[in-house]
Amino acid sequence: MATLTPQTLVEQALAATRSDDAVVIVSDTTSANLRWANNTLTTNGVMHDVEVTVIAFQGARSASVSGNVSTLDQLEQLVSSADAAAAAATPASDAAELAGDRASADWDDAPEPTSIGVYDAFAPALGDAFGRAHSEGRILYGFVDHEVTTTYLGSSTGLRLRHVQPTGHYGCTGKDAALTQSAWVGGATRDFADVDAHALDAELARRLAWSQRSVDLPAGRYDTILPPTAVADLMIYAYWQSSARLAHDGQSVYSKPGGGTRIGERIAKESVRLHSDPAYAGLEAAPFVIAPSSSPASSVFDNGLAVEATDWIRDGRLSSLLQTRASAALTGAPATFAVDNLVLDVDGGAGTTEELVAAVERGLLLTCLWYIREVDPQTLLLTGLTRDGVYLVENGEITGAVNNFRFNESPISLLDRFAQASATELSFSREWGDYFSRTATPALRVPDFNMSSVSQAR
Amino acid sequence: MTSTGPERPLDPTFTALPYRRLADAALNRARDFGATHADFRFERLRYQDLTVRDGALEGASDREVLGYAVRVIHQGAWGFASGVTLTEGGAVAVAETALAVAQVATAMTREPVQLAHEPVYDDVTWVSAYEVNPLDVPLADKVALLTEWTGDLLGRGPVQHSTGLLHQVQENKFYADLHGTITTQQRVRIEPEFEVHGTGPAGFDAMRTIAPPVGRGWEYLTGDLRDWRAELEELPTLLEEKLAAPSVEAGRYDLVIHPSNLWLTIHESIGHATELDRALGYEANYAGTSFATPDQLGTLQYGTPVMNVTGDRTVPHGLSTVGFDDEGVAGQQWDIVKDGVLVGYQLDRSMAAANGIERSNGCAYADSPGHIPIQRMANVSLQPAPDGPDTEGLISQVERGIYVVGDKSWSIDMQRYNFQFTGQRFYAIKDGKLAGMLRDVAYQATTTEFWGSMEAVGGPQTWELGGAFNCGKAQPGQVASVSHGCPSALFRDVNILNTTAEAGSQEQ
Repeated sequence: MATLTPQTLVEQALAATRSDDAVVIVSDTTSANLRWANNTLTTNGVMHDVEVTVIAFQGARSASVSGNVSTLDQLEQLVSSADAAAAAATPASDAAELAGDRASADWDDAPEPTSIGVYDAFAPALGDAFGRAHSEGRILYGFVDHEVTTTYLGSSTGLRLRHVQPTGHYGCTGKDAALTQSAWVGGATRDFADVDAHALDAELARRLAWSQRSVDLPAGRYDTILPPTAVADLMIYAYWQSSARLAHDGQSVYSKPGGGTRIGERIAKESVRLHSDPAYAGLEAAPFVIAPSSSPASSVFDNGLAVEATDWIRDGRLSSLLQTRASAALTGAPATFAVDNLVLDVDGGAGTTEELVAAVERGLLLTCLWYIREVDPQTLLLTGLTRDGVYLVENGEITGAVNNFRFNESPISLLDRFAQASATELSFSREWGDYFSRTATPALRVPDFNMSSVSQAR
Repeated sequence: MTSTGPERPLDPTFTALPYRRLADAALNRARDFGATHADFRFERLRYQDLTVRDGALEGASDREVLGYAVRVIHQGAWGFASGVTLTEGGAVAVAETALAVAQVATAMTREPVQLAHEPVYDDVTWVSAYEVNPLDVPLADKVALLTEWTGDLLGRGPVQHSTGLLHQVQENKFYADLHGTITTQQRVRIEPEFEVHGTGPAGFDAMRTIAPPVGRGWEYLTGDLRDWRAELEELPTLLEEKLAAPSVEAGRYDLVIHPSNLWLTIHESIGHATELDRALGYEANYAGTSFATPDQLGTLQYGTPVMNVTGDRTVPHGLSTVGFDDEGVAGQQWDIVKDGVLVGYQLDRSMAAANGIERSNGCAYADSPGHIPIQRMANVSLQPAPDGPDTEGLISQVERGIYVVGDKSWSIDMQRYNFQFTGQRFYAIKDGKLAGMLRDVAYQATTTEFWGSMEAVGGPQTWELGGAFNCGKAQPGQVASVSHGCPSALFRDVNILNTTAEAGSQEQ
């Protein structure tokens, strides 16, 4: 039996539905990964997945059913389940008119795959790096992943949209033989052509060398340089919590006391701009809404609508929140759909992380943050830890490695308190990058970053 | 065919799938190619998530994951591939991809992979303990119950909004390997959660039910297992009290911790810390390692002598309970901490073999057919004192302290030393009695100091099985469900933070 094409799956599903309308989303994903620890490969894999989501609409009622599909029988069962679920549903609060006739020029193209071959250059170099690290007393632990998802979105109202999304990232932790020092490097990539295993190992060796002097410091507030990866760690969380509906309901840091959202209110320094753009160079993301199910920040009724460049914070003021058309009607603000990338720019931000370090008399340079969780939604107080490299800066120079800390801080508060910013660069969140890898952020210097207690972790 | 579990039938819509033919095709290809080990895992996972808000359905989504994976050891290296095409040709192609991946991996594998021995289980079935599969219950019945419950909460006291979530999962797995083991399993789990939101003088807050997710069916919500009406009725009053409660004064307090909070502390500071793959560095680039290293096995004083912790893949209704793990190893129970001393780890077959341990204790698990099995958590539980007191008995032993109920925020460092937890409810304890609610509380400690401060554990009458659906681990990321049983327990002299004070900045 010939393999069904995504386009066939879309057309057959739309022909089979008994509902008033339907949206069909087909995601064809291939991925390839390598994982290593203790200078040896531990796991690996190549995966192929075809998921079909059928969203059935019957008046204001809707239901979403997803499944892996490789036969027409499976597809018909999926459509039948979606029709039945929509019939059993109650009217949806986010009901709206479905998007109309619009087609991508490349609709007829096949899915674009990846394979283990994406590591043809990286893998042998990694094997060499294991040998060099072993001989020089370093231990490497890491992971590389590359996936390509081709999404087809079709509807009974005429949508035929296609998007190809390559996503790749790499990360490597290096430790000394005694396991007393640790360093990390990582980043995002679209094709692994720009990732060099030898360079990763060399950078880890450089950072581990900074740790030859070890300094114990107590908890407290420190003049702290947050590099772009740590800033991404914090900004992604602030973005994820920016549902307009929840803000309007009085349940987030973006809620106005007494009711409504804080849109228009100054919440950061005037120089701050937090924004997203599906066309941002190097961070290209889907230019239309892909919503397999509804949530406070997305709506199945919005599928296929254009995703626009959006300012979330502009000139320090809260400019927009994640809005469906339904929440836009509720809050009186325009619909501003989620974008799969995030950029923080600071007007006047210039230079590199190293140049910010050079201006510090005595302070800390972090590498990255970890295990970030919300403590208080009202202030968006987050807790988490430093890991894999906290460095003491004295008179503009890195002079040693410091113990790790637990922090308690709010990213919204930080945007109003930082003292200096570098230029924005492509970055990668250590904690959330596996799920949200498209970020660009500057390094920030925060004069009083709250290190709540000391962590013994190394 | 032998059944090793409760006498419940496998879902015929699963057994009608062609997994045996696909397994034969894939395993034969791996055997012909010279693989020293090959296993084939076919899975179907059915998920249904319902969300209700203010007495109305907000979202209903069904998702089914269906596919298979082939894992091989060839020339000492792992190779893994997965696919969704339900034909013998598709299965052979996936097996060939796994073999090709193993060939790429050979150059980066410095220690040849070996597996600990496990007896062969010849075509056995196992089905978890439940009465009514929630995925077989009409959607309209479930929506009616959830909307009624959340609708009833609206407007009571300070309640401005109410939400309800219901996650349901049916998991079917077929496993076969070159050595002859064949297992077919079915599990069901359910997670209901209800929350109310309101505003008081100090701003907004929320109060959530403390009922845990369980390995049970629809009877969990409609049977006599739990008094849901009473728990829901209590939420507006509890929220009102919390909104009006004084902010805690930071400092050191004795704590009595209810199982609805302590399960999560156990999960983070014991469960993950005693995974051997973490202790050996396999997670070093992601979730981290562990302070509880193998050289300390048998000597590390983890806590006080009243601390006894077991790993268990057999406890009824546990979220991590199975008949066989994803490497064909039978479910087991064993000691992890005995009289306060570290005595055991959680294992899979390769880690057991690499460390000279005769047999795996069955902790391999993959969360989908698209992922490779890794060492995942058993139901890790703190044992009660056989003749221990009830919770009031523990509270009566505290002069100045805090009673902690329900989980909320959690975070722990990459070696499982430093942690910080909040909760749903905090009550002041004065002279052995509860003295009203507090707010803005977090407790922060270091693992061995915390468990070393545990003076007493409650009796079996206080023991409850808590847990979570969403334990994350590994790269690519996998999510697993796990339960943790524990009694109420008394801890002395623990550091308490005021979270409002923590949020404040300091002008320089």
